[in-house]
Amino acid sequence: MDYSKFLNEKVQGIKPSGIRKFFDIANEMDHVISLSIGEPDFTTPWHVRQEGIESLRRGHTWYSPNRGFMELRSQISNYFARRFNVEYNPETEIVVTVGGSEALDLCLRTLIDTGDEVLIPQPSFVCYEPMTVMAGGKPVIIETKAENEFRLTAEEVEKHITPKTKLLILPFPNNPTGAVMRRTHLEEIAKVVEKHNILVLSDEIYAELTYGKERHVSFADIKGMKERTIVVNGFSKSYAMTGWRLGYALGPEEIISQMLKLHQYAIMSAPTTAQYAAIEALKHGDSDIERMRSEYDIRRRLIVDELCRMGLTCFEPEGAFYVFPSIQISGMTSEEFCEKLIFAQHVAIVPGTAFGECGEGFARVSYSYSLKHIKEALERIERFVNEQK
Amino acid sequence: MDKLLELINQNSEFTTAQLAAMLGESEESITNKIKNYKEKGVIKGYKALIDWDKVPDSGVKAIIELKVTPKPETGFDDIAKIVMSYDNVENVYLAASSRYDLVATVKGETIQEIAEFVSKRLSTLDAVIGTATNFVLTQYKEGGVVFYDEDDEDEQRSLIL
Repeated sequence: MDYSKFLNEKVQGIKPSGIRKFFDIANEMDHVISLSIGEPDFTTPWHVRQEGIESLRRGHTWYSPNRGFMELRSQISNYFARRFNVEYNPETEIVVTVGGSEALDLCLRTLIDTGDEVLIPQPSFVCYEPMTVMAGGKPVIIETKAENEFRLTAEEVEKHITPKTKLLILPFPNNPTGAVMRRTHLEEIAKVVEKHNILVLSDEIYAELTYGKERHVSFADIKGMKERTIVVNGFSKSYAMTGWRLGYALGPEEIISQMLKLHQYAIMSAPTTAQYAAIEALKHGDSDIERMRSEYDIRRRLIVDELCRMGLTCFEPEGAFYVFPSIQISGMTSEEFCEKLIFAQHVAIVPGTAFGECGEGFARVSYSYSLKHIKEALERIERFVNEQK
Repeated sequence: MDKLLELINQNSEFTTAQLAAMLGESEESITNKIKNYKEKGVIKGYKALIDWDKVPDSGVKAIIELKVTPKPETGFDDIAKIVMSYDNVENVYLAASSRYDLVATVKGETIQEIAEFVSKRLSTLDAVIGTATNFVLTQYKEGGVVFYDEDDEDEQRSLIL
């Protein structure tokens, strides 16, 4: 039977994620060392898991309110004020979602009308483009550059703005490059946003994982930007809670209340058990964040130093848990490099092109792995690089 | 605690360059620190972690609890020194327990050999009031390294995007 006439055209037009391909190859092989996964290797801190278990023991197994439990929203509000200096009203300006991804999707579907243009910096997380397309919008790609340490510049944003531009997605700290935006860079962007009267969807899911001297600055903390920004964050990366599926969106009441309608009809409410655990994480989890962050930092330093030494140069990434080395020394395309690497040395990394065409010449290497694992993988990568010479 | 010690305790195979990179210090500074730790006796040496369960005929291991009468002057130290003087004794600890005072781990070719060692060499010591021998059946974890479950660490993580 021919299903194509039944299937939605936009859905059929979406390409499957390019990260998958190498994972599928890796799955077929023995003794593969992977540096390709984009989630923490830590398990959720025990005291957080315990609160989830406790809530189940007490039989708290019902739906939560659509927006999420009030106590959780209050804790999110406290947390965001404490760590990032921006105040949100827990009654009206916060919605708890199924991971940060749902919040991104809600936001795009709430804001975008057919034909609206959405500015998407790349390389970046793979979901922004398809989500924009499904919302009826037109993705306009802005390529960030290695010579700018993969930061987005105000000029590049302005160059891509047309009368149809409605929204800029700001994916920093960045997956896959590890790039971060400092306050001065954000202030430059803010001027353009203000001048052209557009909104910003700031995906700050890696906000807690920054390694330079300066902590993450939320775009909502830039003067005049809170009213123009929807911040997306969540528990997955900061508290190693990926499987709990819990995130949230923060923003102006007028936007959040519209997003809430979609959330209400499509999802109803975020997982109840996860919300109890998340309250504990926000109350007593600051030291867990620090413990994991300093562990990532050690791995990051090792991996950057070793890759540069072998000629796979990378700028020093200051956020998330990825390095984005240049593989141009090999003379291969990103795909070729990653494919040969996995067949020759059984090491899986992700070609930069999975995150946008401008990722050509680069690869994403994740360091959410133990030092022992990273050390072994680096030795294999070095053998591979030397064999290619 | 010094992060350097934590790292080499985890894995002594890191090169000086790698340690320097990880800690954001110069190689010279790492070399000096390690030299210093060795001189002060903080770092006693480096050895391999071997999963003896995988080595044929590698013998058996037991954890021996010793109830001891302490000496007026030297407490438990004298008797601990005697116990640790045997080559087949791998570790000796003084424990805060109501059941026993010293704990030793002992290696031997056979169960009989260890039983004999305990009854002839340890039980007969004047200060020793009683012993309990616990034979090790499976070594799950040693020196912070998991031996039992060697599945790839990320096997349970799935790549979803």
